[in-house]
Amino acid sequence: MKVTKSTLLASAVAAIAGSAMAEEMTLVSWGGAYQASQTKAYAEPFMEMNPGLTIVWDESSPEAVAKLRAMNEAGNITWDLVDVVAADAIRLCDEGLAMEYDPDELLAAAPDGTPASEDFGDLLVSDCFIPQIVYSTTAAYRPDLLPDGAPAPDSICAMFDMETYPGKRTLEKRPINNMEWALICDGVAKDDVYDVLATEEGQQRALDKLGTIKDQVVWWGAAAEPPQLLADGEVVMGTSYNGRWFSAIEEQDQPFEMLWDAQVFDLDGWIIPAGLSEERLARVKEFVKFATDTQRLADQAKFISYGPARASSAPLVGQHAELGIDMAPHMPTDPNNAKNTFLYNYEFWADYRDDIDAKFQAWLAQ
Amino acid sequence: MTDATQSGPMLAADGTPLKKSLARSLRRRKVRALALIAPLLLFVLLSFVIPIVSMLFRSVENGIVSETLPLTVVELRNWDADSGELPDEALYAAFVKDMIAAVEAKEHTRLGTRLNYEETGMSSMFRKSGRNIKRLDPEADAPFKEKLIDIHEGWGEVETWRTIKTHAVPITNGYFLNAIDMRRTPEGPRAQPEDKQILVKLFGRTLFMSLIITGACILLAYPVSYLLATLPMRVSNLLMILVLLPFWTSLLVRTSAWKVMLQQQGVINETLVWLGFVADDARLVIINNQFGTIIAMTHILLPFMILPMYSVMQTIPPSYTRAAKSMGATNWTTFWRIYFPQSIPGIGAGSILVFILAIGYYITPEIVGGTKGVFISNRIAYHISSSLNWGLAAALGTILLAVVLLLYWCYDKIVGIDNVKLG
Repeated sequence: MKVTKSTLLASAVAAIAGSAMAEEMTLVSWGGAYQASQTKAYAEPFMEMNPGLTIVWDESSPEAVAKLRAMNEAGNITWDLVDVVAADAIRLCDEGLAMEYDPDELLAAAPDGTPASEDFGDLLVSDCFIPQIVYSTTAAYRPDLLPDGAPAPDSICAMFDMETYPGKRTLEKRPINNMEWALICDGVAKDDVYDVLATEEGQQRALDKLGTIKDQVVWWGAAAEPPQLLADGEVVMGTSYNGRWFSAIEEQDQPFEMLWDAQVFDLDGWIIPAGLSEERLARVKEFVKFATDTQRLADQAKFISYGPARASSAPLVGQHAELGIDMAPHMPTDPNNAKNTFLYNYEFWADYRDDIDAKFQAWLAQ
Repeated sequence: MTDATQSGPMLAADGTPLKKSLARSLRRRKVRALALIAPLLLFVLLSFVIPIVSMLFRSVENGIVSETLPLTVVELRNWDADSGELPDEALYAAFVKDMIAAVEAKEHTRLGTRLNYEETGMSSMFRKSGRNIKRLDPEADAPFKEKLIDIHEGWGEVETWRTIKTHAVPITNGYFLNAIDMRRTPEGPRAQPEDKQILVKLFGRTLFMSLIITGACILLAYPVSYLLATLPMRVSNLLMILVLLPFWTSLLVRTSAWKVMLQQQGVINETLVWLGFVADDARLVIINNQFGTIIAMTHILLPFMILPMYSVMQTIPPSYTRAAKSMGATNWTTFWRIYFPQSIPGIGAGSILVFILAIGYYITPEIVGGTKGVFISNRIAYHISSSLNWGLAAALGTILLAVVLLLYWCYDKIVGIDNVKLG
């Protein structure tokens, strides 16, 4: 009897000690193909290098800002590293929910010794933001649904050209990007777009331009919707993230054509939540250093058509891991695709988002 | 002896007055009963009531301005917002002191976000100024007025200080005003500019569409519940499974299924075109509008109407209708005068359930509602998870809750809540 008791006790102690030793790190991401690319490119290799460490994924990135704020108020941060778009990173930084860091200290230098701050360059848009990829919001269309004899669209303004390209289109149900495109197609020079959009008249002008196609637009909320709508023939053209189009065209053989014109570049990357314990922070730092080095970011591009955020990673981008096609021509940053690009102005939208969104929603409801 | 006993208070066996003894035992029983439900009560209180109340409290809570800029707020009291002139140096000095402390604690950007809800541009003004103000020395670098205006021209605008002063109160009605398309200004509540008014419209639409959905549910559920209650057991069981099966299916699956059914290249339109009822180039638009929301939500909420109706109808004795018929009533009279009145409590219970559920729905309208079929809850969700304006979200939620309680009260007055039966 005594033996059984002490054995039980010993095994209980061992179990507790064991669970303490098996370390866990919770990463937050977007799910789907994107999270899969992260798993394959750096989470799995990192776990192999660190036996005993388990990486747990939480697919909460879409509502990461609100959840982090709630966690912070409750005083219990359960996430170790969070994948967010740059605009959200700026807001988290503003709210004091993300940790500020020094790029040259935290991130690995490029193989040729270029410090991280130069290698990432302008993409370090916030003191808290650790860039991973460049993606773009861009348009695609179905050639077979366009009228016979219509020229292949080569400009984003085809979206507003109901005469040449009749049929429904799909646009994201928010002002960002749509307002800019509307102004460009209304004759505003690219460099002046945000100056115009900062004025009441400019906002009205953009809404008026969007108003010319309003009754032909299906507004989407999730980026998976546009490829579906286009595949069903519900719309003839639409906008979504370039990775979604790539996956529909190359992996699912959909008869879509990309329309890269005036694609809007945006960034996605990590933030480290503020207030992690030192032990957790040390582990996260180790992971981040590994996961954002030149080779790892280039590896990620094997699985998804998003451009690596490091300049030094670009030449290392190879072929798709399963399809074996060259990935470079599918990157938003490829010179052929990036002939006419548009830069998303984070600062502008951080200021004007609430104001313009209220107007946009009121306009939609009219 | 007998006289003495009768004149004093009646005593219990242990000599205490009976009244006291009874009260004590009653109290003990109450305490025991309370102790028995205490865990549940505590659980409900801690996990339900307190979070909801604290969330609702955010709709008026506004300590952030006076906590982040304590000295400035004091100085602002001496400044006349209507004078059209900039505040004096004392205020700028107080502001610099406040900001240095706030930047240290990284709270200035949070304040910028808060004020940006009221005045566009505040967010970047606080963020950009933070770095430069941190370098100032509160003693050596005075005077500050010119320096601050150099750092950001916004500090030289009267409107900036008016906004800060207007929103410096610790308890504000600003969020509630925003929730009804108004805003707090130094001159008192004013209407929002016309092109930003949307929330009152959404409240109205939410109520109107919820009523239509409830009505549609009543019409569809009544015959089904009647069949369920009157058909022989074997058939009605099968029917019951057909009712419950969609009830157990995921909400998202059912909503997406409606998308496949209703879209322009969807099942219904394809069938109609194939049958020749509709021309190929004039397909019906029955999704991404109010119609789509009403159809999908009626389907999703139907079981909540059928089940209470069914359980009430089951208790209506068939002998009543037989008696009515034996006395010469027509089928219609029997139904309308005998059966229907007895089934009203079921309709009442189902309507309350469906209406209250409908008013708070947001996933289905988001997916099938397009632009004209979305509800106020979609805006609440947006402000909770995207714009992070939790104060406004809380105000909208409080109003929604108040509307539901008001309707419930009206319902109680008109129909009487005692007439509602879930079974």
